[in-house]
Amino acid sequence: MRIELTEQQASAKAAFRAFVDHEIAPYADQFDREERVPTSVIQKLAREGYLGQVVPEEQGGTGTDMVTFGILNEELGRGCSSIRSLLTVHSMAAFAVLKWGSADHKSRFLSRLVSGEIIGAFALSEPNIGSDAKSVETSARLVGDRYVLNGRKRWMTFGQIADVFLLFAQVEGKVTAFLVERNSPGFSTEPIKGILGTRGSMLAELRLDDCEIPKENRLGGLGFGLAAIGTSALDIGRYSVAWGSVGIAQACLEACVEYTSTRRQFGVPIKDHDLVRQMMTNMITNTKAARMLCYQAGYLKDSGDSRTVMETWIAKYFASTAAMKIAADAVQLHGANGCSEEYPVQRYFRDAKIMEIIEASTQLQQMNIAQYAYEH
Amino acid sequence: MTTDSLTVEDIKARTRAFIGKFFKNIELQDDEDIFALGFVNSLFAMQLVMFIEKEFGIAVEDQDLNIDNFRTINAMADLVKGKVL
Repeated sequence: MRIELTEQQASAKAAFRAFVDHEIAPYADQFDREERVPTSVIQKLAREGYLGQVVPEEQGGTGTDMVTFGILNEELGRGCSSIRSLLTVHSMAAFAVLKWGSADHKSRFLSRLVSGEIIGAFALSEPNIGSDAKSVETSARLVGDRYVLNGRKRWMTFGQIADVFLLFAQVEGKVTAFLVERNSPGFSTEPIKGILGTRGSMLAELRLDDCEIPKENRLGGLGFGLAAIGTSALDIGRYSVAWGSVGIAQACLEACVEYTSTRRQFGVPIKDHDLVRQMMTNMITNTKAARMLCYQAGYLKDSGDSRTVMETWIAKYFASTAAMKIAADAVQLHGANGCSEEYPVQRYFRDAKIMEIIEASTQLQQMNIAQYAYEH
Repeated sequence: MTTDSLTVEDIKARTRAFIGKFFKNIELQDDEDIFALGFVNSLFAMQLVMFIEKEFGIAVEDQDLNIDNFRTINAMADLVKGKVL
């Protein structure tokens, strides 16, 4: 066993870190306050090739390995969870087109997703449906050569601006996947404002009112929408969120090293107080442990090993819950300053809470991970 | 896993062994419908697809995503056989 980044992966990490430090982190509080990410920033991500990471080179993408994709998610998550969440949903849509799309889907969508000409997003949750995904209420029925969709999708990350959605609807009682374009007749979006965390992720509710799409926009057979297409896309999403959580934890850690080194109480920097050191030790240890679980999940993905599915659940569970605890400690260590928008730790705290809810809630993960123990 | 000298019986045996790791104490017959038995949730389905792809060196694609291709061990063996044998 050798747990070490390759030279190429280490070099990629350095490049990602420099990009985030220069282009993302200085503006993250602004994105949070304004509840939006400027188009110019998305274009920069596209120019760096970040939007085509899960697509092989022969299909026009960057073709990076999944460990490197994970590192990118950590670095973007360290700078701005809203931008990391763009990478998450865009990659989920691109992966679904790559893996399950027909030649027609690939020619219509893939190169434009990779270049950032269009933005992809994921549309599963609804006003009444979260974890119980198989019970989605949105319906689709075949009428001639078109599917007609009706329903509401809620909490869609970057739903305000995405051009194409990997969307799930019931067809004859079976959850089925579709590619729904923003310009489809009967399709509209309503922005959702005032969310607790990842406030720049431009959430929207999608409204499908007799929304018509070509029948060719169905992905896979009836009833496989969730079982293979949704689950594999969610696996990519969960992996991305796990790494993004590591990024939040790392950001907290770096903020706390700086703050506790300069903030003085009782005549010494607060880092010299034993209880502060205890909190820092727990932060460091849990951040590293979360990262190791993510590495393992990524390694198994690169090996095509089916165990990656559960290892990704475990990595996301640990990383998201650790990030929440670490962010709470980071606010605590900053005292009143930590509650102020003058310091980013309050943003990390709010963003970390979202990580425990998206791409499978902490409680759903606890149910599934325990079940895994009884199956193996 | 090499697919040289792979037989239909090999495909069935390896697939049965994989499914058996998830559903212990069940003697699954080649023609038993795993959906009807209530075995399949979305996580298992994804792992099954990944297993078939890696174990037999094939790509499960859009047109293969038909429940009938995964309903029984026989059906899965037919799917693999059609791609590698």
